[in-house]
Amino acid sequence: MTKKKYLFQEKLIEVVLVLFASISILTTIGIVFSLLFETMIFFSEVSIFEFFTSIRWAPVFDPPSFGVLPLITGTLLIAILSSLVSLPLGLGTAIFLSEFASSKVRKVIKPIIELLAGIPSIVYGFFALTFITPLLRSFLPNTDIFNALSASIAVGIMTLPMVASLSEDAMMSVPNSIRQGAYALGSTKLEVAIHVIVPAAFSGIASSFVLAISRAIGETMIVAIAAGQTPSMSLNPLGSIQTMTGFMVNMALGDIQQGSIEFKTVFAVGSVLFVITLIMNLFAKYVIAKNREVY
Amino acid sequence: MSNFKRKLKRRHLINNLFMVLLVFVISISFLVLGTLLLEIFLRGYKTLTWDFITSMPSGRASRAGILPALIGSFGVIALTALISIPIGVGTAIYLTEYADKKSKFVKLLQLNISNLAGVPAIVYGILGLAVFSQLVGLGPSLIVGAFTLSLLILPVIIVSAIEAIKAVPNSIREGSYALGVTRWKTITGVILPMATPGIMTGSILALSRAMGEAAPLIMVGAVGFVTFLPNSLLDRYSALPLIVFNWTSRPQAAFAEIAASGILVMLILLIITNLTAIIIRNKTQIRVD
Repeated sequence: MTKKKYLFQEKLIEVVLVLFASISILTTIGIVFSLLFETMIFFSEVSIFEFFTSIRWAPVFDPPSFGVLPLITGTLLIAILSSLVSLPLGLGTAIFLSEFASSKVRKVIKPIIELLAGIPSIVYGFFALTFITPLLRSFLPNTDIFNALSASIAVGIMTLPMVASLSEDAMMSVPNSIRQGAYALGSTKLEVAIHVIVPAAFSGIASSFVLAISRAIGETMIVAIAAGQTPSMSLNPLGSIQTMTGFMVNMALGDIQQGSIEFKTVFAVGSVLFVITLIMNLFAKYVIAKNREVY
Repeated sequence: MSNFKRKLKRRHLINNLFMVLLVFVISISFLVLGTLLLEIFLRGYKTLTWDFITSMPSGRASRAGILPALIGSFGVIALTALISIPIGVGTAIYLTEYADKKSKFVKLLQLNISNLAGVPAIVYGILGLAVFSQLVGLGPSLIVGAFTLSLLILPVIIVSAIEAIKAVPNSIREGSYALGVTRWKTITGVILPMATPGIMTGSILALSRAMGEAAPLIMVGAVGFVTFLPNSLLDRYSALPLIVFNWTSRPQAAFAEIAASGILVMLILLIITNLTAIIIRNKTQIRVD
């Protein structure tokens, strides 16, 4: 009797745990369906052709125009400019930590670099607007108050630790025997790093790059504060732009009514954002899985 | 021979120059971090007073405070902890102790969790808006913010809980089974007590990240400027990053100063939570040889 009771209890607990585990799957389903549902309604009112080809984004104007390209351009501009900061600095940091620093130095430097990732993005946004922008304007006087460059620098700094730590992990996992083989041939540290370690860790480094860019694309508060609210096809880094995330936050700040076209644009733009970041994340995983060196 | 020596010298020179370049790269990060903290401290410390912490927001910067945002942040994070930790730890227990590692469900679950970790925070806000706020009809309430942030940090909690549970040596698990203890009693009596420090560290770090999030809360209708304290789970609320955002968006310099003070409060809370996490990890590290 007691055994039966125990078995029942064990089974019950397992069922509850499966339910808990299912919540993460339900989250994905929830995201996909809530995006899909409103986006379908959006495209029943706005032509999908206009959405992806028109170069004017003015959903709340009269007459409205629903070309998402300016938002995509703005997002890409932030992604590219921020990666000019995060990729070289992150990779340099990783090479230093993995190949040049002693373990003592690494123990001090690593947590400090990781602090940069722990600072909330709203704080970077504030820093971009109140410090980076005035600094840029003192060098480049025709910089707008809200501009893509300032936001990109902040986004780049924020995503730098991601590149650094993922690339460092990849380099650290290159077996020491390979490293020592290169040293035995008389290579300098630099030669080992550039000709042996970086190529061997290439897939990990590449995926860290993709993940950092994907993070930059989804970054919201920095661009909402510092990059401006001007949807534009211009690639001028000193001008005001708007990103997909910036637009979404902007709409949510106003009182949008459920069912209104503004409400639906948020979901349509959210779908584009979700699909882009999902593809990049899956690609990063694919690169790692395909090119993993087995030692 | 002298040609070789010349080349060798050059190679060493390039190596050393590269090293200098790398040190320069590292110092950029340090410099930015230092400048950021100093800039915010210098801007905000003067207006960071007891009145600032205990007052309501105001249209005038000199009288504005962060009380509703502070209470709102505590409320949302406490609720988020109550929701996300049981679900996250439960999922981790299932994946490590129950599930057949080769089953399709487990593979799907793992792929799903790692993909969720890469979904932008603002997309969770859209999920919260569509499902909790509109579909369930809870509106822009405290509980909707908590549900949304819970789903956002769930992948982080699951992954860190899995790590903590996996760190418990198998011999201990088998010892318990050998004594005839049931699976669930082994988990609650043996494995979880040993994994708790690791689980707590991961959860605290995840919650401190949630505390700094603004975008998902904005999507589910939370606002910065609230002049009352939330009384129930269905009340409207504010949170620290939201009031900071509100003040940062205003053009007057006085608001930039109190925004910096608000950030200082946020950073102090973050330092406290992170230190707690580190202390828990260092004090209670399992040592089984």
